[in-house]
Amino acid sequence: MIETQALGKRYGDLVAVDGISFKVEPGQVLGFLGPNGAGKSTTMKMVAGFLVPTSGSAKVCGFDVESDSLLARRVVGYLPEGAPSYGEMSVRQFLGFIADVRELPAAVRGKRLDDVIGRLNLEGVLEQPIETLSKGFKRRVGLAQAILHDPKVLILDEPTDGLDPNQKHEVRSLINAMARDKTIIVSTHVLEEVHAVCNRAIIIARGRVLADATPAELEARSRYHQAVSMTARDANAAREALARVVDVAAIEVDAQDGRITAFPKPGKQIFAAVNEVLKERNVAVREIALEGGRLDEVFRSITQAAPAKEVRP
Amino acid sequence: MNMITTLFKRELRSYFATPVAYVFIVIFLVLSSAFTFYLGQFYERGQADLLPFFNFLPWLYLFLVPAVAMRLWSEERKSGTIELLLTLPITMWQAVVGKFLAAWAFIGIALALTFPLWLTVNYLGDPDNGVILASYIGALLMAGAFLAIGSCISAATRNQVVAFILTVVACFVLVMAGHPLVLDAFAAWAPQGLVDAIAGLSFLTHFASISKGVIDLRDLLYFLLMIGFWLYASAIVIDLKKAD
Repeated sequence: MIETQALGKRYGDLVAVDGISFKVEPGQVLGFLGPNGAGKSTTMKMVAGFLVPTSGSAKVCGFDVESDSLLARRVVGYLPEGAPSYGEMSVRQFLGFIADVRELPAAVRGKRLDDVIGRLNLEGVLEQPIETLSKGFKRRVGLAQAILHDPKVLILDEPTDGLDPNQKHEVRSLINAMARDKTIIVSTHVLEEVHAVCNRAIIIARGRVLADATPAELEARSRYHQAVSMTARDANAAREALARVVDVAAIEVDAQDGRITAFPKPGKQIFAAVNEVLKERNVAVREIALEGGRLDEVFRSITQAAPAKEVRP
Repeated sequence: MNMITTLFKRELRSYFATPVAYVFIVIFLVLSSAFTFYLGQFYERGQADLLPFFNFLPWLYLFLVPAVAMRLWSEERKSGTIELLLTLPITMWQAVVGKFLAAWAFIGIALALTFPLWLTVNYLGDPDNGVILASYIGALLMAGAFLAIGSCISAATRNQVVAFILTVVACFVLVMAGHPLVLDAFAAWAPQGLVDAIAGLSFLTHFASISKGVIDLRDLLYFLLMIGFWLYASAIVIDLKKAD
């Protein structure tokens, strides 16, 4: 479990993290979203015990990251941004070193090493110096290091950054497989990732929490939530037909691909009505889809609207 | 203690995983022999001792030890591994001491490899091996003090070249502390007590008295306190600077 209370970090006049409070329970995968420089990494560094908060507190499994720092660090597995590791060591040496520092008992040491090496497919590169590995392998070595001691809490700073689509998929499956009994925080720029691995998302900008909800709830905030989009042979006929639906608030046509989108009035559902009107008027559509909402649009509107709130009289 | 051993082993092994260790050892051996035989006139003096070697050692260390020390923390900061290291369940003290001891052991290995000089002098004559042993201990202590200063300075910057130059300067001032070059800068305005205190900080004075064969508790204490102080300062600097 992770619990932060009004966690803050300032460097002189610069406020990097401005009073962030949240609580993550075992079984939850929390996605940290936010523009660059929003304070995601700083928050994770404080929870992982690298940086000391200047205000507020953070607890990991009940251990305060400041007063019980060693105990807190023992239960955390942390993948720092960029997955740093000692380049001159071989993968086997590096993981062995981590196992020693984590004081894995001799009885489970071999088993744990085999387990993470297998999970992250590192068998083929065990004897290679880490600096000679590709970016994807380096990232996997970083992940292996983080999960080696089977930690209760996992903090992963951009775990899929720089990976190819296959590797991204593998890492996401790995996170999902571990999610059941662990508390996990993942930061990411990739919004599709939120859907793939997180059951909760926090959007941070300028050091503050601007939204804290499930991915589905965030999508529901989108203008596109419950909108109906289609491509039709006769675009004008389709537009006319859509205009007749009572609950349609607006109709937009994409200038590039001619896709027509009808937006509902707040809280209304228009899919059935739109279908009916189209059938009635015999408008032929190539395909039609009900939109769930677009996270990127929600992300933009939340993070870009923020400065207005900070204006003081 | 166990944790320090783990860190120590990793660090020491990493020296030998790159060419750095071998280049350092070869250069150290070549230069120390060159100094001993040519500048120190090892043969011409006709005396069976290692004074020519130990006289030049402080000056050799002045450049070579900072070269080892400069990477201690700057590299960790530059590559980001400091974040990995300090989020492992180890204390700052264990990290500072483990890394320092590994670097010290590495310099000790290089120093031990000068043993052919000792064999030579024993073959040629009948030296006082007690004095030689004391000198070796003194040399190791002095290297440790250089290294601790370097550790602190390397913690303050992520640029290894800057760390190297600043360490050389700081060590130079301490080596020369008993010399008019440094003392004159203080004598003009500082009270006599302070000037004497600065003179007492000189590496050379303490090293010279150990290498006469007398291991005085004060000289021993001087180097150990020096090491302790600078390592303590390293831990503070790392804590302050790790964020940027």
